[in-house]
Amino acid sequence: MRNVALILRREFASYFATPLAYVFILIFLVLSNAFTFYVGDFYQRGQADLRPFFMFHPWLYLFLIPALTMKLWAEERKSGSIELLMTLPVKVWEAVVGKFLAAWLFTAIALALTFPIWITVNYLGSPDNGVIFASYLGSLLLAGGFLAIGSCMSALTRNQVVAFILGVVACFVLLLAGYPLVLDAFQGWAPQTLINAVASLSLLTHFQSITRGVLEARDVLYFAMLIGFFLFTTVVAIDLRKAD
Amino acid sequence: MIKTEHLCKRYPALTAVADLSFEVRPGEVLGFLGPNGAGKTTTMRMLAGFITPTSGHASICGHDIESETLAARQCLGYLPEGAPSYGEMRVSSFLDFVAELRRLDRSRKRARLDYVIERLQLASVLDQTIETLSKGFRRRVGLAQAIMHDPPALILDEPTDGLDPNQKHEVRALINEMAREKIIIISTHILEEVDAVCTRAIIIARGRIVADDTPLQLATRSRYHNAVSLQLESREKLEAVRAAVAALAQVAAVEVSEREARLTALPRAGAQILQEISELTRRQGLQLKELHLEAGRLDEVFRTITT
Repeated sequence: MRNVALILRREFASYFATPLAYVFILIFLVLSNAFTFYVGDFYQRGQADLRPFFMFHPWLYLFLIPALTMKLWAEERKSGSIELLMTLPVKVWEAVVGKFLAAWLFTAIALALTFPIWITVNYLGSPDNGVIFASYLGSLLLAGGFLAIGSCMSALTRNQVVAFILGVVACFVLLLAGYPLVLDAFQGWAPQTLINAVASLSLLTHFQSITRGVLEARDVLYFAMLIGFFLFTTVVAIDLRKAD
Repeated sequence: MIKTEHLCKRYPALTAVADLSFEVRPGEVLGFLGPNGAGKTTTMRMLAGFITPTSGHASICGHDIESETLAARQCLGYLPEGAPSYGEMRVSSFLDFVAELRRLDRSRKRARLDYVIERLQLASVLDQTIETLSKGFRRRVGLAQAIMHDPPALILDEPTDGLDPNQKHEVRALINEMAREKIIIISTHILEEVDAVCTRAIIIARGRIVADDTPLQLATRSRYHNAVSLQLESREKLEAVRAAVAALAQVAAVEVSEREARLTALPRAGAQILQEISELTRRQGLQLKELHLEAGRLDEVFRTITT
Protein backbone atom coordinates (compact mmCIF):
# COMPACT_ATOMS: atom_id res chain seq x y z
CA MET A 1 0.00 0.00 0.00
CA ARG A 2 2.88 2.32 0.72
CA ASN A 3 4.04 2.21 -2.89
CA VAL A 4 0.50 2.95 -4.08
CA ALA A 5 0.44 6.03 -1.85
CA LEU A 6 3.87 7.17 -3.08
CA ILE A 7 2.90 6.82 -6.72
CA LEU A 8 -0.46 8.50 -6.09
CA ARG A 9 1.32 11.45 -4.49
CA ARG A 10 3.82 11.80 -7.33
CA GLU A 11 1.18 11.55 -10.04
CA PHE A 12 -1.16 13.94 -8.30
CA ALA A 13 1.57 16.54 -7.95
CA SER A 14 2.45 16.12 -11.63
CA TYR A 15 -1.03 17.29 -12.65
CA PHE A 16 -0.35 20.61 -11.01
CA ALA A 17 3.18 20.89 -12.40
CA THR A 18 1.71 21.60 -15.84
CA PRO A 19 -1.23 23.78 -16.93
CA LEU A 20 -3.24 20.57 -17.44
CA ALA A 21 -4.85 20.65 -14.00
CA TYR A 22 -5.96 24.25 -14.21
CA VAL A 23 -7.22 23.97 -17.79
CA PHE A 24 -9.15 20.83 -16.94
CA ILE A 25 -10.80 22.28 -13.85
CA LEU A 26 -11.64 25.53 -15.56
CA ILE A 27 -13.17 23.91 -18.63
CA PHE A 28 -15.08 21.42 -16.52
CA LEU A 29 -16.58 24.14 -14.33
CA VAL A 30 -17.41 26.46 -17.20
CA LEU A 31 -18.96 23.76 -19.37
CA SER A 32 -20.92 22.03 -16.62
CA ASN A 33 -22.46 25.32 -15.57
CA ALA A 34 -23.04 26.58 -19.11
CA PHE A 35 -24.86 23.36 -20.04
CA THR A 36 -26.97 23.53 -16.91
CA PHE A 37 -28.18 27.05 -17.51
CA TYR A 38 -28.36 27.27 -21.28
CA VAL A 39 -29.11 23.78 -22.49
CA GLY A 40 -30.63 22.33 -19.33
CA ASP A 41 -33.08 25.19 -18.73
CA PHE A 42 -32.19 25.34 -15.06
CA TYR A 43 -34.40 28.42 -14.41
CA GLN A 44 -37.26 27.84 -16.82
CA ARG A 45 -38.00 24.39 -15.46
CA GLY A 46 -39.02 26.00 -12.20
CA GLN A 47 -37.91 22.99 -10.18
CA ALA A 48 -35.43 23.03 -7.33
CA ASP A 49 -33.19 20.11 -8.31
CA LEU A 50 -29.88 19.51 -10.09
CA ARG A 51 -31.07 17.14 -12.83
CA PRO A 52 -30.10 19.53 -15.62
CA PHE A 53 -26.69 19.76 -14.01
CA PHE A 54 -25.98 16.02 -13.70
CA MET A 55 -27.54 14.94 -16.99
CA PHE A 56 -24.64 16.47 -18.92
CA HIS A 57 -21.88 14.89 -16.85
CA PRO A 58 -21.58 11.71 -18.98
CA TRP A 59 -21.10 13.83 -22.10
CA LEU A 60 -18.60 16.14 -20.49
CA TYR A 61 -16.65 13.20 -19.09
CA LEU A 62 -16.71 11.50 -22.47
CA PHE A 63 -14.17 14.03 -23.77
CA LEU A 64 -12.54 15.41 -20.65
CA ILE A 65 -11.68 12.12 -18.92
CA PRO A 66 -9.81 10.54 -21.87
CA ALA A 67 -7.91 13.85 -22.12
CA LEU A 68 -6.86 13.32 -18.52
CA THR A 69 -5.97 9.65 -18.85
CA MET A 70 -4.29 9.64 -22.24
CA LYS A 71 -0.92 10.45 -20.70
CA LEU A 72 -1.10 7.99 -17.80
CA TRP A 73 0.94 5.27 -19.51
CA ALA A 74 1.50 6.51 -23.06
CA GLU A 75 3.70 9.32 -21.76
CA GLU A 76 5.73 6.97 -19.56
CA ARG A 77 6.35 4.83 -22.61
CA LYS A 78 7.24 7.74 -24.83
CA SER A 79 9.67 9.36 -22.41
CA GLY A 80 11.15 6.03 -21.30
CA SER A 81 10.42 6.73 -17.64
CA ILE A 82 8.46 3.48 -17.58
CA GLU A 83 11.85 1.73 -17.63
CA LEU A 84 12.82 3.59 -14.49
CA LEU A 85 9.52 2.96 -12.73
CA MET A 86 9.33 -0.71 -13.64
CA THR A 87 12.89 -1.42 -12.50
CA LEU A 88 12.33 0.14 -9.09
CA PRO A 89 10.94 -2.29 -6.50
CA VAL A 90 7.34 -1.56 -7.47
CA LYS A 91 4.73 -4.09 -8.56
CA VAL A 92 2.80 -3.33 -11.74
CA TRP A 93 -0.56 -3.28 -9.96
CA GLU A 94 0.75 -0.78 -7.41
CA ALA A 95 1.70 1.61 -10.18
CA VAL A 96 -1.60 1.07 -12.04
CA VAL A 97 -3.72 1.63 -8.94
CA GLY A 98 -1.62 4.59 -7.76
CA LYS A 99 -1.98 6.36 -11.09
CA PHE A 100 -5.69 5.61 -11.28
CA LEU A 101 -6.35 6.89 -7.76
CA ALA A 102 -4.39 10.07 -8.45
CA ALA A 103 -6.56 10.76 -11.50
CA TRP A 104 -9.72 9.91 -9.56
CA LEU A 105 -8.77 12.15 -6.67
CA PHE A 106 -8.14 14.92 -9.16
CA THR A 107 -11.57 14.54 -10.80
CA ALA A 108 -13.15 14.40 -7.34
CA ILE A 109 -11.63 17.80 -6.63
CA ALA A 110 -12.92 19.21 -9.93
CA LEU A 111 -16.36 17.80 -9.09
CA ALA A 112 -16.25 19.19 -5.55
CA LEU A 113 -15.52 22.63 -6.97
CA THR A 114 -18.99 22.68 -8.52
CA PHE A 115 -20.43 23.19 -5.01
CA PRO A 116 -21.71 26.75 -5.71
CA ILE A 117 -24.48 25.29 -7.83
CA TRP A 118 -25.60 23.15 -4.89
CA ILE A 119 -25.70 26.24 -2.72
CA THR A 120 -27.56 28.14 -5.46
CA VAL A 121 -30.30 25.57 -5.76
CA ASN A 122 -30.75 25.53 -1.98
CA TYR A 123 -30.98 29.31 -2.02
CA LEU A 124 -33.60 29.27 -4.77
CA GLY A 125 -35.82 26.54 -3.38
CA SER A 126 -35.79 23.47 -1.20
CA PRO A 127 -34.36 20.58 -3.21
CA ASP A 128 -34.03 16.97 -2.06
CA ASN A 129 -30.41 17.09 -0.89
CA GLY A 130 -30.31 13.31 -0.57
CA VAL A 131 -30.85 12.97 -4.29
CA ILE A 132 -28.19 15.58 -4.99
CA PHE A 133 -25.72 13.77 -2.74
CA ALA A 134 -26.44 10.45 -4.46
CA SER A 135 -26.03 12.14 -7.82
CA TYR A 136 -22.62 13.46 -6.83
CA LEU A 137 -21.62 9.94 -5.82
CA GLY A 138 -22.98 8.60 -9.10
CA SER A 139 -21.04 11.19 -11.04
CA LEU A 140 -17.86 10.29 -9.15
CA LEU A 141 -18.41 6.58 -9.87
CA LEU A 142 -19.03 7.32 -13.53
CA ALA A 143 -15.80 9.33 -13.66
CA GLY A 144 -14.02 6.38 -12.02
CA GLY A 145 -15.34 4.02 -14.68
CA PHE A 146 -14.22 6.32 -17.48
CA LEU A 147 -10.81 6.76 -15.84
CA ALA A 148 -10.27 3.01 -15.63
CA ILE A 149 -11.21 2.61 -19.30
CA GLY A 150 -8.92 5.52 -20.23
CA SER A 151 -6.05 4.05 -18.21
CA CYS A 152 -6.39 0.78 -20.07
CA MET A 153 -6.40 2.49 -23.47
CA SER A 154 -3.34 4.53 -22.51
CA ALA A 155 -1.53 1.32 -21.57
CA LEU A 156 -2.03 -0.04 -25.08
CA THR A 157 -0.06 2.61 -26.93
CA ARG A 158 2.82 5.04 -26.68
CA ASN A 159 0.94 7.66 -28.66
CA GLN A 160 -1.21 9.97 -26.55
CA VAL A 161 -3.52 10.96 -29.41
CA VAL A 162 -4.26 7.31 -30.13
CA ALA A 163 -4.87 6.78 -26.41
CA PHE A 164 -7.32 9.70 -26.40
CA ILE A 165 -9.30 8.47 -29.40
CA LEU A 166 -9.41 4.88 -28.17
CA GLY A 167 -10.54 6.20 -24.80
CA VAL A 168 -13.37 8.29 -26.23
CA VAL A 169 -14.61 5.45 -28.42
CA ALA A 170 -14.47 2.84 -25.65
CA CYS A 171 -16.25 5.16 -23.21
CA PHE A 172 -18.87 6.04 -25.81
CA VAL A 173 -19.66 2.41 -26.60
CA LEU A 174 -19.99 1.48 -22.93
CA LEU A 175 -21.97 4.62 -22.19
CA LEU A 176 -24.60 3.78 -24.77
CA ALA A 177 -24.48 -0.02 -24.50
CA GLY A 178 -28.17 -0.07 -23.54
CA TYR A 179 -29.29 2.04 -26.48
CA PRO A 180 -30.17 1.15 -30.09
CA LEU A 181 -26.99 2.82 -31.36
CA VAL A 182 -24.96 -0.03 -29.85
CA LEU A 183 -27.59 -2.75 -29.51
CA ASP A 184 -28.53 -2.65 -33.21
CA ALA A 185 -25.08 -4.01 -33.99
CA PHE A 186 -26.07 -7.18 -32.12
CA GLN A 187 -29.70 -7.32 -33.22
CA GLY A 188 -30.57 -10.11 -35.61
CA TRP A 189 -27.61 -12.44 -35.09
CA ALA A 190 -26.87 -12.52 -31.39
CA PRO A 191 -29.01 -14.52 -28.94
CA GLN A 192 -31.31 -12.46 -26.73
CA THR A 193 -29.30 -13.30 -23.60
CA LEU A 194 -26.20 -11.72 -25.11
CA ILE A 195 -28.16 -8.64 -26.12
CA ASN A 196 -29.53 -8.37 -22.61
CA ALA A 197 -26.05 -8.81 -21.19
CA VAL A 198 -24.68 -6.03 -23.41
CA ALA A 199 -27.60 -3.79 -22.52
CA SER A 200 -26.98 -4.32 -18.82
CA LEU A 201 -23.42 -3.01 -19.27
CA SER A 202 -24.69 0.44 -20.15
CA LEU A 203 -22.96 3.07 -18.06
CA LEU A 204 -25.69 5.57 -18.75
CA THR A 205 -28.47 3.31 -17.44
CA HIS A 206 -26.61 2.72 -14.17
CA PHE A 207 -25.68 6.36 -13.84
CA GLN A 208 -29.25 7.52 -14.40
CA SER A 209 -30.65 5.11 -11.88
CA ILE A 210 -28.28 6.57 -9.27
CA THR A 211 -29.10 10.18 -10.17
CA ARG A 212 -32.79 9.43 -9.63
CA GLY A 213 -31.79 9.20 -6.00
CA VAL A 214 -31.74 5.43 -5.56
CA LEU A 215 -28.29 4.35 -4.55
CA GLU A 216 -28.64 0.63 -5.12
CA ALA A 217 -25.98 -1.94 -4.31
CA ARG A 218 -26.11 -3.39 -7.80
CA ASP A 219 -25.27 -0.04 -9.44
CA VAL A 220 -22.36 0.55 -7.08
CA LEU A 221 -21.24 -3.03 -7.63
CA TYR A 222 -21.44 -2.49 -11.37
CA PHE A 223 -19.09 0.48 -11.22
CA ALA A 224 -16.73 -1.32 -8.85
CA MET A 225 -16.52 -4.29 -11.20
CA LEU A 226 -16.08 -2.08 -14.24
CA ILE A 227 -13.19 -0.25 -12.58
CA GLY A 228 -11.70 -3.52 -11.35
CA PHE A 229 -11.91 -5.13 -14.76
CA PHE A 230 -10.27 -2.28 -16.65
CA LEU A 231 -7.53 -1.80 -14.07
CA PHE A 232 -6.79 -5.51 -14.24
CA THR A 233 -6.61 -5.26 -18.02
CA THR A 234 -4.23 -2.33 -17.65
CA VAL A 235 -1.95 -4.43 -15.44
CA VAL A 236 -1.95 -7.23 -18.01
CA ALA A 237 -1.26 -4.81 -20.87
CA ILE A 238 1.66 -3.19 -19.03
CA ASP A 239 3.04 -6.53 -17.92
CA LEU A 240 3.02 -7.94 -21.43
CA ARG A 241 4.27 -4.96 -23.36
CA LYS A 242 6.05 -2.57 -21.04
CA ALA A 243 9.20 -2.49 -23.16
CA ASP A 244 7.50 -1.99 -26.53
CA MET B 1 27.40 -11.77 -7.72
CA ILE B 2 25.62 -11.21 -11.02
CA LYS B 3 25.31 -14.39 -12.98
CA THR B 4 23.74 -15.21 -16.33
CA GLU B 5 23.30 -18.64 -17.85
CA HIS B 6 22.48 -19.08 -21.51
CA LEU B 7 20.49 -15.85 -21.51
CA CYS B 8 18.54 -15.34 -24.75
CA LYS B 9 16.16 -12.72 -26.04
CA ARG B 10 14.48 -13.34 -29.37
CA TYR B 11 12.03 -11.12 -31.15
CA PRO B 12 10.00 -12.31 -34.13
CA ALA B 13 12.34 -10.54 -36.54
CA LEU B 14 15.67 -10.80 -34.76
CA THR B 15 17.70 -12.44 -32.02
CA ALA B 16 18.87 -9.59 -29.82
CA VAL B 17 20.80 -11.69 -27.31
CA ALA B 18 21.88 -15.25 -28.04
CA ASP B 19 23.20 -17.50 -25.32
CA LEU B 20 24.99 -15.12 -22.98
CA SER B 21 26.70 -16.66 -19.96
CA PHE B 22 28.98 -14.78 -17.57
CA GLU B 23 29.58 -14.05 -13.91
CA VAL B 24 30.59 -10.82 -12.25
CA ARG B 25 31.92 -10.80 -8.68
CA PRO B 26 32.19 -8.05 -6.08
CA GLY B 27 35.20 -5.87 -6.77
CA GLU B 28 34.89 -6.34 -10.51
CA VAL B 29 33.94 -3.56 -12.89
CA LEU B 30 32.75 -5.19 -16.07
CA GLY B 31 32.79 -3.09 -19.20
CA PHE B 32 30.17 -4.15 -21.67
CA LEU B 33 31.33 -3.25 -25.16
CA GLY B 34 29.92 -3.76 -28.57
CA PRO B 35 28.70 -1.95 -31.65
CA ASN B 36 25.25 -0.36 -31.61
CA GLY B 37 22.61 -3.06 -31.78
CA ALA B 38 24.91 -5.76 -30.40
CA GLY B 39 22.55 -6.50 -27.51
CA LYS B 40 24.14 -4.53 -24.67
CA THR B 41 21.03 -2.62 -23.68
CA THR B 42 18.79 -5.67 -24.11
CA THR B 43 21.02 -7.65 -21.75
CA MET B 44 21.03 -4.88 -19.17
CA ARG B 45 17.26 -4.50 -19.40
CA MET B 46 16.83 -8.20 -18.77
CA LEU B 47 19.10 -8.05 -15.72
CA ALA B 48 17.18 -5.04 -14.40
CA GLY B 49 13.89 -6.91 -14.79
CA PHE B 50 12.46 -4.62 -17.43
CA ILE B 51 12.17 -7.25 -20.13
CA THR B 52 11.75 -10.99 -19.74
CA PRO B 53 14.32 -13.35 -21.26
CA THR B 54 13.06 -15.74 -23.93
CA SER B 55 15.16 -18.45 -22.33
CA GLY B 56 18.02 -18.86 -19.89
CA HIS B 57 18.47 -17.61 -16.36
CA ALA B 58 20.06 -14.70 -14.56
CA SER B 59 20.42 -13.80 -10.92
CA ILE B 60 21.53 -10.79 -8.94
CA CYS B 61 23.07 -11.45 -5.52
CA GLY B 62 21.50 -14.90 -5.61
CA HIS B 63 17.99 -13.68 -6.48
CA ASP B 64 16.59 -14.98 -9.73
CA ILE B 65 15.47 -12.08 -11.90
CA GLU B 66 12.21 -13.78 -12.83
CA SER B 67 11.04 -15.69 -9.77
CA GLU B 68 12.36 -13.21 -7.18
CA THR B 69 12.19 -10.09 -9.24
CA LEU B 70 11.55 -7.62 -6.40
CA ALA B 71 14.38 -8.99 -4.24
CA ALA B 72 16.70 -8.83 -7.26
CA ARG B 73 15.68 -5.22 -7.93
CA GLN B 74 16.33 -4.27 -4.30
CA CYS B 75 19.97 -5.36 -4.68
CA LEU B 76 20.41 -3.43 -7.87
CA GLY B 77 20.92 0.17 -8.85
CA TYR B 78 20.08 0.72 -12.50
CA LEU B 79 20.71 3.61 -14.83
CA PRO B 80 18.62 3.02 -17.98
CA GLU B 81 19.92 4.10 -21.38
CA GLY B 82 19.44 7.83 -21.84
CA ALA B 83 18.75 8.30 -18.10
CA PRO B 84 14.97 8.75 -18.42
CA SER B 85 13.08 10.39 -15.57
CA TYR B 86 10.05 12.54 -14.90
CA GLY B 87 10.65 15.83 -16.69
CA GLU B 88 8.10 17.89 -14.81
CA MET B 89 9.48 16.97 -11.37
CA ARG B 90 11.98 19.00 -9.44
CA VAL B 91 15.30 17.26 -8.84
CA SER B 92 14.75 17.30 -5.07
CA SER B 93 11.28 15.74 -5.22
CA PHE B 94 12.45 13.18 -7.77
CA LEU B 95 15.30 12.03 -5.54
CA ASP B 96 12.95 12.00 -2.58
CA PHE B 97 10.46 9.87 -4.54
CA VAL B 98 13.16 7.32 -5.38
CA ALA B 99 14.46 7.27 -1.79
CA GLU B 100 10.92 6.59 -0.53
CA LEU B 101 10.34 3.79 -3.04
CA ARG B 102 13.69 2.34 -1.94
CA ARG B 103 12.29 2.30 1.61
CA LEU B 104 15.10 4.20 3.23
CA ASP B 105 14.17 5.20 6.76
CA ARG B 106 14.26 8.83 7.77
CA SER B 107 17.83 9.24 8.99
CA ARG B 108 19.29 7.02 6.29
CA LYS B 109 17.32 8.85 3.64
CA ARG B 110 18.71 12.17 4.85
CA ALA B 111 22.24 10.76 4.84
CA ARG B 112 21.96 9.18 1.40
CA LEU B 113 20.35 12.26 -0.12
CA ASP B 114 23.15 14.41 1.26
CA TYR B 115 25.71 11.95 -0.06
CA VAL B 116 24.40 11.68 -3.62
CA ILE B 117 23.73 15.42 -3.90
CA GLU B 118 27.25 16.18 -2.74
CA ARG B 119 28.92 13.42 -4.75
CA LEU B 120 27.16 14.23 -8.03
CA GLN B 121 27.19 18.00 -7.45
CA LEU B 122 23.46 18.46 -7.72
CA ALA B 123 23.06 21.10 -5.03
CA SER B 124 22.75 23.95 -7.52
CA VAL B 125 19.87 22.38 -9.47
CA LEU B 126 17.74 20.88 -6.68
CA ASP B 127 14.87 23.29 -7.27
CA GLN B 128 14.92 23.02 -11.06
CA THR B 129 12.59 20.76 -12.96
CA ILE B 130 14.40 17.90 -14.66
CA GLU B 131 13.29 18.89 -18.18
CA THR B 132 15.15 22.20 -17.85
CA LEU B 133 18.46 20.50 -17.03
CA SER B 134 21.39 20.05 -19.38
CA LYS B 135 22.20 16.57 -20.63
CA GLY B 136 25.07 16.26 -18.18
CA PHE B 137 22.92 17.13 -15.17
CA ARG B 138 20.17 14.74 -16.29
CA ARG B 139 22.69 11.94 -16.50
CA ARG B 140 23.93 12.78 -13.02
CA VAL B 141 20.39 12.81 -11.65
CA GLY B 142 20.00 9.33 -13.17
CA LEU B 143 23.21 8.20 -11.49
CA ALA B 144 22.10 9.68 -8.17
CA GLN B 145 18.89 7.71 -8.46
CA ALA B 146 20.81 4.49 -9.20
CA ILE B 147 23.13 4.69 -6.19
CA MET B 148 20.51 6.12 -3.81
CA HIS B 149 20.12 2.95 -1.72
CA ASP B 150 23.81 2.02 -1.82
CA PRO B 151 23.09 -1.23 -3.67
CA PRO B 152 25.58 -4.13 -3.78
CA ALA B 153 25.19 -4.32 -7.57
CA LEU B 154 25.09 -1.56 -10.16
CA ILE B 155 24.19 -1.66 -13.84
CA LEU B 156 24.87 1.57 -15.67
CA ASP B 157 23.97 1.92 -19.33
CA GLU B 158 26.35 4.51 -20.78
CA PRO B 159 26.93 6.44 -17.55
CA THR B 160 29.20 9.09 -19.05
CA ASP B 161 27.30 9.75 -22.27
CA GLY B 162 26.79 13.49 -22.72
CA LEU B 163 29.16 14.53 -19.95
CA ASP B 164 32.02 16.95 -20.49
CA PRO B 165 35.60 15.77 -19.77
CA ASN B 166 35.55 17.08 -16.18
CA GLN B 167 32.24 15.43 -15.42
CA LYS B 168 33.44 12.20 -17.03
CA HIS B 169 36.45 12.26 -14.77
CA GLU B 170 34.20 12.78 -11.73
CA VAL B 171 31.89 9.92 -12.64
CA ARG B 172 34.82 7.59 -13.30
CA ALA B 173 36.29 8.51 -9.95
CA LEU B 174 32.94 7.71 -8.35
CA ILE B 175 32.80 4.33 -10.09
CA ASN B 176 36.37 3.54 -9.05
CA GLU B 177 35.56 4.48 -5.49
CA MET B 178 32.51 2.21 -5.40
CA ALA B 179 34.29 -0.57 -7.26
CA ARG B 180 36.02 -2.04 -4.24
CA GLU B 181 33.01 -3.70 -2.67
CA LYS B 182 30.39 -3.57 -5.40
CA ILE B 183 29.55 -5.51 -8.51
CA ILE B 184 29.44 -3.06 -11.38
CA ILE B 185 28.50 -3.48 -15.02
CA ILE B 186 28.80 -0.50 -17.32
CA SER B 187 28.20 -0.29 -21.02
CA THR B 188 30.11 2.18 -23.09
CA HIS B 189 31.28 3.10 -26.55
CA ILE B 190 34.26 4.95 -25.21
CA LEU B 191 37.26 2.67 -25.14
CA GLU B 192 39.41 4.93 -22.99
CA GLU B 193 36.74 4.45 -20.34
CA VAL B 194 37.45 0.73 -20.29
CA ASP B 195 41.08 1.49 -19.46
CA ALA B 196 40.04 4.06 -16.88
CA VAL B 197 37.54 2.06 -14.83
CA CYS B 198 37.08 -1.54 -15.94
CA THR B 199 38.85 -4.55 -14.51
CA ARG B 200 37.35 -6.71 -17.17
CA ALA B 201 35.78 -6.24 -20.58
CA ILE B 202 33.25 -8.30 -22.46
CA ILE B 203 32.84 -7.50 -26.12
CA ILE B 204 29.59 -8.64 -27.66
CA ALA B 205 28.56 -8.62 -31.28
CA ARG B 206 25.28 -9.84 -32.73
CA GLY B 207 24.14 -10.97 -29.28
CA ARG B 208 27.15 -13.19 -28.55
CA ILE B 209 30.26 -12.82 -26.45
CA VAL B 210 33.26 -12.50 -28.76
CA ALA B 211 35.85 -11.58 -26.12
CA ASP B 212 36.01 -11.68 -22.32
CA ASP B 213 39.27 -10.53 -20.79
CA THR B 214 41.05 -7.80 -18.86
CA PRO B 215 41.60 -4.62 -20.84
CA LEU B 216 45.36 -5.27 -20.70
CA GLN B 217 45.04 -8.77 -22.11
CA LEU B 218 42.64 -7.54 -24.78
CA ALA B 219 45.18 -4.96 -25.85
CA THR B 220 47.77 -7.70 -26.40
CA ARG B 221 45.59 -8.99 -29.22
CA SER B 222 46.26 -5.79 -31.08
CA ARG B 223 48.71 -5.60 -33.99
CA TYR B 224 50.18 -2.71 -32.07
CA HIS B 225 51.00 -4.77 -28.99
CA ASN B 226 54.75 -4.26 -28.35
CA ALA B 227 54.99 -2.01 -31.39
CA VAL B 228 57.58 0.73 -31.20
CA SER B 229 56.68 4.25 -32.12
CA LEU B 230 59.31 6.90 -32.75
CA GLN B 231 59.07 10.52 -33.74
CA LEU B 232 61.96 12.26 -35.52
CA GLU B 233 63.06 15.87 -35.13
CA SER B 234 62.62 16.51 -38.85
CA ARG B 235 61.11 14.79 -41.86
CA GLU B 236 64.29 14.73 -43.92
CA LYS B 237 65.56 11.36 -42.82
CA LEU B 238 62.14 9.77 -42.51
CA GLU B 239 62.41 7.65 -45.64
CA ALA B 240 65.93 6.45 -44.85
CA VAL B 241 64.98 5.49 -41.28
CA ARG B 242 61.88 3.71 -42.51
CA ALA B 243 63.97 1.56 -44.82
CA ALA B 244 66.48 0.79 -42.07
CA VAL B 245 63.77 -0.19 -39.57
CA ALA B 246 61.89 -2.28 -42.12
CA ALA B 247 65.10 -4.16 -42.82
CA LEU B 248 65.30 -5.46 -39.24
CA ALA B 249 64.53 -9.18 -39.07
CA GLN B 250 61.97 -8.97 -36.26
CA VAL B 251 59.96 -6.12 -37.77
CA ALA B 252 56.83 -7.19 -39.63
CA ALA B 253 55.75 -3.84 -41.02
CA VAL B 254 56.32 -0.13 -40.66
CA GLU B 255 53.66 2.56 -40.69
CA VAL B 256 54.60 6.12 -41.48
CA SER B 257 52.91 9.40 -40.63
CA GLU B 258 54.53 12.11 -42.79
CA ARG B 259 52.87 14.99 -40.99
CA GLU B 260 54.20 14.09 -37.56
CA ALA B 261 57.45 12.57 -38.85
CA ARG B 262 56.49 9.44 -36.97
CA LEU B 263 57.26 5.78 -37.60
CA THR B 264 55.48 2.87 -36.00
CA ALA B 265 57.24 -0.49 -36.30
CA LEU B 266 55.05 -3.55 -35.80
CA PRO B 267 56.84 -6.64 -34.47
CA ARG B 268 56.53 -10.19 -35.79
CA ALA B 269 54.42 -12.40 -33.52
CA GLY B 270 55.87 -12.51 -30.02
CA ALA B 271 59.02 -10.54 -30.90
CA GLN B 272 60.51 -7.72 -28.79
CA ILE B 273 61.91 -4.97 -31.00
CA LEU B 274 62.45 -2.00 -28.70
CA GLN B 275 66.07 -2.92 -27.98
CA GLU B 276 67.00 -3.31 -31.63
CA ILE B 277 65.35 -0.09 -32.68
CA SER B 278 66.88 2.01 -29.93
CA GLU B 279 70.31 0.62 -30.88
CA LEU B 280 69.61 1.45 -34.51
CA THR B 281 68.77 5.06 -33.68
CA ARG B 282 71.90 5.38 -31.56
CA ARG B 283 74.09 3.95 -34.36
CA GLN B 284 72.66 6.38 -36.87
CA GLY B 285 72.86 9.29 -34.42
CA LEU B 286 69.22 10.24 -34.98
CA GLN B 287 67.60 13.17 -33.16
CA LEU B 288 64.43 11.77 -31.59
CA LYS B 289 61.52 13.67 -30.09
CA GLU B 290 60.01 10.55 -28.72
CA LEU B 291 60.45 6.78 -28.56
CA HIS B 292 57.95 4.51 -26.89
CA LEU B 293 56.61 1.01 -26.63
CA GLU B 294 52.90 0.56 -27.31
CA ALA B 295 50.74 -1.70 -25.15
CA GLY B 296 48.22 -2.21 -27.93
CA ARG B 297 45.22 -0.33 -29.17
CA LEU B 298 41.80 -1.32 -27.85
CA ASP B 299 39.91 0.42 -30.62
CA GLU B 300 41.76 -1.62 -33.19
CA VAL B 301 41.05 -4.87 -31.29
CA PHE B 302 37.42 -3.81 -31.02
CA ARG B 303 37.16 -3.24 -34.75
CA THR B 304 38.87 -6.50 -35.62
CA ILE B 305 36.65 -8.59 -33.34
CA THR B 306 33.31 -7.00 -34.07
CA THR B 307 33.39 -6.66 -37.84
